[in-house]
Amino acid sequence: MSTELIRIPILQIENFLVASIQVALHDRSAVQFRDDLLQRIFDTKARGLIIDLTAVDIVDSFIGRLIGDVAEMAALMGTRVVVSGLQPAVAITLTELGLELPGIITALNLEKGIATLRNQVKQDEDLGGGPQ
Amino acid sequence: MIQERTLLIRSDLDIVSARVEGRDMAKALGFGTIDQARIATAISELARNVVLYAGEGTVTIRPTERGARKGIEVVCEDHGPGIENVGLVMQDGYSTSRGLGMGLPGAKRLMDDFEIDSRIGIGTKIVVRKWLR
Repeated sequence: MSTELIRIPILQIENFLVASIQVALHDRSAVQFRDDLLQRIFDTKARGLIIDLTAVDIVDSFIGRLIGDVAEMAALMGTRVVVSGLQPAVAITLTELGLELPGIITALNLEKGIATLRNQVKQDEDLGGGPQ
Repeated sequence: MIQERTLLIRSDLDIVSARVEGRDMAKALGFGTIDQARIATAISELARNVVLYAGEGTVTIRPTERGARKGIEVVCEDHGPGIENVGLVMQDGYSTSRGLGMGLPGAKRLMDDFEIDSRIGIGTKIVVRKWLR
């Protein structure tokens, strides 16, 4: 049995970061992912972050809360977060669990996620620089 | 013939294995994708409680029947400290640790049947079932 951490690649497109989860994350890898994301946001000064869950078929309360934490922490650092590609079964189980992720912006897919982020960032700039 | 499976739960890696087993068996039994996700998520919540509170335990997944109904049964057992006030932990938002306090009530909502037997100093046994429609 491997106890090695799984590291999720975090890509940069323009001034956005994109991370697509393609594997079943165990708890420690998920925590590592959160820490990696926040460090990359700090290093790149990215204006937006997309977490793509297209390939994720189960989000339990631990991972759900972690995604909520990332969005909250990123907002503190001035970065907008969009979650894309939530499968219907995942959306249903999350609400049945009682985890509705308030404040999280979602998009149907990665492409729409990028469009949503662009709009968000533009709005922030129009309002004078966005969340600081 | 689908065989019963028992998995040892000791770490977060075992939580992932247990929910994969659960999903696979649910699929083999004819559950749709949404019920597969419900069953796998419930297993995840129960197995995480074992790791958090008891340190070690087992998850057994098996096909089950009641009259004409067929379904899946998950038994989660540990010899941990036991739960002092079962009524309290079944309330939404109650948590004594890093959890969100939605583990047990969440698992109950995701499944059709939920039975819990917890004794201080002896351990906790939780049985959940989901029935095919």
